[in-house]
Amino acid sequence: MTLDFSTLLPYTDVILEGLVTTLWLTVVTTVVGIALAVVVAYFRDSASDTARDGRPSLVGRLLGGYVEVIRNTPFIVQLFFLFFGLPALGISISAPVAALLAMILNLGAYTAEILRAGIDSTLKGQHEAARALGLSRLQSFRHVVLVPAFSRVYPSLISQCIIVMLGSAVVSQISVFDLTYAANFIQSRNFRGFEVYLVATAIYLLLAVGLRLLFEFVGRRLFAYRQGGSA
Amino acid sequence: MFAFAKNRFSRRVVLALCCTVVACLTALSAQASDLETIEQRGTLRVAVPQDFPPFGSVGTDLQPQGYDIDMAHYLADQMDVDLKLVTVTSANRIPFLQTDKVDLVISSLGKNPERAAVIDFTEAYAPFFLGVFGTPEADPIDESAGLSGKTIGVTRGSVEDMELSDLAPSDTTIQRFEDNATTISAFLSGQVSYIATGNVVAAQIAERNTERAPTMVFQIKNSPCYIGLTQDNDALKARVDALIEQAKQDGTLESMSQKWFHTALPDDLSS
Repeated sequence: MTLDFSTLLPYTDVILEGLVTTLWLTVVTTVVGIALAVVVAYFRDSASDTARDGRPSLVGRLLGGYVEVIRNTPFIVQLFFLFFGLPALGISISAPVAALLAMILNLGAYTAEILRAGIDSTLKGQHEAARALGLSRLQSFRHVVLVPAFSRVYPSLISQCIIVMLGSAVVSQISVFDLTYAANFIQSRNFRGFEVYLVATAIYLLLAVGLRLLFEFVGRRLFAYRQGGSA
Repeated sequence: MFAFAKNRFSRRVVLALCCTVVACLTALSAQASDLETIEQRGTLRVAVPQDFPPFGSVGTDLQPQGYDIDMAHYLADQMDVDLKLVTVTSANRIPFLQTDKVDLVISSLGKNPERAAVIDFTEAYAPFFLGVFGTPEADPIDESAGLSGKTIGVTRGSVEDMELSDLAPSDTTIQRFEDNATTISAFLSGQVSYIATGNVVAAQIAERNTERAPTMVFQIKNSPCYIGLTQDNDALKARVDALIEQAKQDGTLESMSQKWFHTALPDDLSS
């Protein structure tokens, strides 16, 4: 077998278009997904304002249901449901929107669970001390609970975001022009499967490594207070 | 001992050779039945498919049914002979004709030079084409420029994908899906307003979803089906050709198309 990467040259713009789609899907999903996870974690936090006698509120329980549904069903089924299922209810969303929505809901649920672990490990006394010092429940959640929780689970968070970025390959199944769609498209035209998927693999690898480096850079800024201390 | 064995061996060789020669002679003498033979016999033998709806499949009553079977019935009725249906696969339909097991092959047979070298074809009798299909309300599109601005679903890497990608204007959105089932789902759920596929697939969708039956708006590639018969069988060919022409004129083909494909015949087949 001879490798011939020159057969890919005419398709450079196809690969670039796919790469751009994968990138924006990942960026928007990461930002919105983590924001969603914080909201979910806040409402599910038994020590937060919304809890009654240590039991989650109705909203908290509903959000708990959302987390369980997403975490216990395959991503591709969630995607197909949004794209092929919802139109039966009269809700028609385009393929890229369905892909984005599925990815955000997916990352939101997993990250909420990761954050919950970080929040649960915050000592209750710390929360109570913040309240005693006159911080509101929201202020206390934000400054005293959330930031330390984030710093504790940050490595897991990075991994989850990379998993979602790699999992975005699945959205090619509903005709979203992402990197995998581009690779499949080229493969169906020049039949150079080895070269095409080798290049796609290399790009995904670079994206994953790049994403991790970026997250670590941001992490060093965000959690600078821990640098000189115990961390 | 050795001599006896040798003797018996050579007798067997001679016997085997004799059998081969007889078999060859029989095969050679498999003279094709012409129109006269068929009329004397009183039976028209037709090769039809049983695994290719809507051309031919087995119904719930275990009888063959489909466009090709209706065509065979029509020909036999018009020729005033009985009909004997012989179910064939796509690989053995031409050998059945060559060995005089059938008189006609009505089995969604396309015309190509390789086949034309060994058998003859009548006029086209059935539609077989790739096209862009829309909802029943969609307006017909006359030329490829009319596809501009449309969103068309297609199965990635299929013939229709290649052909459509070549002829569609640059501002046509072609959404490629992994397999036929996904492409069909995209059309049925309304995620794409148009799909590019074959009329056979479109007929299968129409069979199950009458309210969103795919209706052809633009033809990509046409390769209609022909009835196959043995070469130099001119009288039979002329008779079948005349009956096909008659079926086009009196609306028989049109009603068969409505029945099995749930759509009108394309222009090249209608009268």
